Amino acid sequence: MAKLKNPRGLEDSQVMKMSYWKILSILLLVYTVTGGFLMEVPRLAIVNETIRSLYFHVPMWFGMVVMFLTSTLYAVRYLKKPGAYFDIISVEFANTGLIFGFLGIVTGMIWANYTWGTPWHGDPKQNGAAVALLIYCAYFVLRGSLENSEQRARLSAVYNIFAFAAMIPLIFIIPRLTSSMHPGSGGNPGFNTYDLDRNMRMVFYPAVIGWILLGVWIATVRIRLRNIEDKILELEYEKNH
Amino acid sequence: MKRIISIAASLGITFTGYAQEPEMADGMRSEGKIYVVVAILAVILFGLVAYLISIDRKVTKLEQRLNDGKPR
Repeated sequence: MAKLKNPRGLEDSQVMKMSYWKILSILLLVYTVTGGFLMEVPRLAIVNETIRSLYFHVPMWFGMVVMFLTSTLYAVRYLKKPGAYFDIISVEFANTGLIFGFLGIVTGMIWANYTWGTPWHGDPKQNGAAVALLIYCAYFVLRGSLENSEQRARLSAVYNIFAFAAMIPLIFIIPRLTSSMHPGSGGNPGFNTYDLDRNMRMVFYPAVIGWILLGVWIATVRIRLRNIEDKILELEYEKNH
Repeated sequence: MKRIISIAASLGITFTGYAQEPEMADGMRSEGKIYVVVAILAVILFGLVAYLISIDRKVTKLEQRLNDGKPR
């Protein structure tokens, strides 16, 4: 079959190709918004139907942790073998992770307003999450304050490792050591009553995977854009010198 | 956690008054209005995903133009 060419002389098959994991992400998210509202959930007091927010609020945090972990791993790779390539991957995953974190905290506030009475309850889980996000905001402040790109990449890679090491206890350990209203905190790991429910698990796990894949997708597009930008800057430099 | 559940349960009783079990959106479901919510969310999801796909394709085209050394 003759391959069609678009006006820019590219084969359509090259432009149209879509990775299987991107398609999987779309399918899982479609399943999340349909199954998430139509399938059975436990009938619990106070949370009532808002229990369905679990399919959207919690995957934001799972997504954030995966993005930040990837970012840290590439920061380590950068320090082992410095190069702009690993730095770009590291910073863009941190960027996407921060977006997920903000969405997680905002959705958490909406949910808390309904179930806890106030948007900001001062709960250890909320405070920990807020501090963790501020630590990651400082990562971008640090990057923005350094002119030299190698220095920026090296210092921010070191800070990135610190930021990840600080986030884990802030979000996953401290809330469990104290009393917290947040499910999964106050001594008990996991989701307790929700986790036991088979129906919810059938939507929750696919939702987590779907949202994480969407985050990876966004991050990779941003990484590719940054690589293009770098290449253009390189070409401009060559032209002018 | 047991304490939280018990607090939650006791509050639930005061909120729902004489109801035997927590209130859920059963009315909305039986009227089929839940499909309105699902449809709206599906449209937003499709819109955003379509947008992401178009951005992804634009990036692919840019990458190809740069790598093939085609006139810019």
